Amino acid sequence: MRPLARAGRRTATGLAALALVVPVLGGCATAGGAGPDRTPATADGPTGPVTVFAAASLTDVVDDLVDDVEAAHPGLDVTVSAGGSSALAQQIVSGAPADLFLSASTATMTTVADDGLVDGEPVTFARGVLEIAVPAGNPGGVTDLDDLARADLRIALCAEEVPCGALARTVLDDAGVAVTPVTLEPDVRSALTKVELGEVDAALVYATDVRSAGDRVEGVPVTSTASTAYQAALLRDAPSPEAARVVLAALLGDEGRALLADAGFVVAEPADGS
Amino acid sequence: MRGGGPREATDAGRRGDRGRASGPAPRRPLPVAALVPALVGLALLVAPAVALLARAPWTTLGARLASGPVLDALRVSLTSATLATALCLVLGVPLAWLLTSADSWPAPLRRLLRAVVTVPLVLPPVVGGIALLLLLGRRGLLGAPLEALTGLTVPFTLGAVVLAQSFVALPFLVLSVEGALRGVDPGLEAAAATLGASRAHVFRRVTLPLVLPGVAAGAVLCFARALGEFGATITFAGTFPGRTQTLPTSVYLAQQTDPESAVALSLVLLAVGVGVLLLLRDRWLGVAGGGVR
Repeated sequence: MRPLARAGRRTATGLAALALVVPVLGGCATAGGAGPDRTPATADGPTGPVTVFAAASLTDVVDDLVDDVEAAHPGLDVTVSAGGSSALAQQIVSGAPADLFLSASTATMTTVADDGLVDGEPVTFARGVLEIAVPAGNPGGVTDLDDLARADLRIALCAEEVPCGALARTVLDDAGVAVTPVTLEPDVRSALTKVELGEVDAALVYATDVRSAGDRVEGVPVTSTASTAYQAALLRDAPSPEAARVVLAALLGDEGRALLADAGFVVAEPADGS
Repeated sequence: MRGGGPREATDAGRRGDRGRASGPAPRRPLPVAALVPALVGLALLVAPAVALLARAPWTTLGARLASGPVLDALRVSLTSATLATALCLVLGVPLAWLLTSADSWPAPLRRLLRAVVTVPLVLPPVVGGIALLLLLGRRGLLGAPLEALTGLTVPFTLGAVVLAQSFVALPFLVLSVEGALRGVDPGLEAAAATLGASRAHVFRRVTLPLVLPGVAAGAVLCFARALGEFGATITFAGTFPGRTQTLPTSVYLAQQTDPESAVALSLVLLAVGVGVLLLLRDRWLGVAGGGVR
């Protein structure tokens, strides 16, 4: 089911490395905030439940990562709640008991940070880039962004209210391509469904979504520097802050980076905190 | 109590003057043990709506709702829900008739028919939308030949919105009308038949007038359900402002960036929904519900 998991599996070596990384990151993450110093976590240290709110596009990566983290820390019980970043942010603002928030957009993370709910500074850990998703066999013969302006093609875009739509708008504007879509989908998944079923000839979605869609969808790369930042932040009211640090460290470490790259994300340089 | 209905009237008569003097007495006095969960149940239904009202941006409500995109969505919603209700009436009343006349069928066949008619009530609407795409989409069972023959495609049109809403709302109408049909005294129909009326004539002149309140109740429920439809619509018809973007879709999109506008839009849906349901007089619900015993 998840072939990517194998690439990310680490054994004892990974654990040792993780144990070394965790205290460092613990210090990092609170550097910008007023949080007090915390006891560094050790490989078998933190236990208990951890709740991770993750953008839906991270679901597979985070699930694999959590499997690894739980294997390394048998005392940890990580629950992943995946959903649209905005919806998750709204839940956090409304008091949902989450420990770690992984957002698919900086704007969404900012809404949480502005409410003073973030512990330290959010960290950009990956970038999402767009690809043109076309049905298998590419019946519309789409080869680049300019093709999306063709009147004989049916195009789906994400609505501009959601991150993939905002990014698509930037990419198209940068390229000077005017598209008349037949539909502005509320999320990537439903845009992709319409590609899979051949209802549209092309849709602009994340490269990661093309990867995860399987054989019924092909990807046509887009040459654009526009990307969306994935940010992680520990939450101020986290019920299990120490355990959350372990999960965050795994995400930012080699393990997480390998999983992210496999899934089609552009992975930020290590120690890049912006 | 204009809407008391025949049953209450008989009860009041049986109780005599005392009952009439103090108005219709409750038929089943409610024990406290039942009152508490009843009130909790009521709170479960009402409290979220109250929260919506409490969080509504009242001061900016007018400006938020008078904006072009909102009015576009309102127009698409009202148009599509009205057309869907019309379609459901045309298809649903005869279907309800078929359901009642299926009583003489073998039990498995009868149950299958009933299950098929009811299934959209329990199916996640998104699944309904995907099923519609598989049928009427460009590569669909019917959609592909349709495009080949006529060049027409259904998805992403107002017609697709209407079909998606009808798929989800039709059972409300059918079950309502079926209940009403079962409440009709067969003696009246038989009398008309013995006087020489054809079966269609009996239905039009005797049965239909008798079940009209049930049909109206069903149509109102059907309209309200169509208005609130989201999952099947977004899957089958997509969403494009002014063409296929309905109010529920607008709420969903607004909630991504502007939760206050989402609340304001939700108020419109809530107001229309409650208003439409208030139109249902007790008597109509009594007839429609009374038949399903």
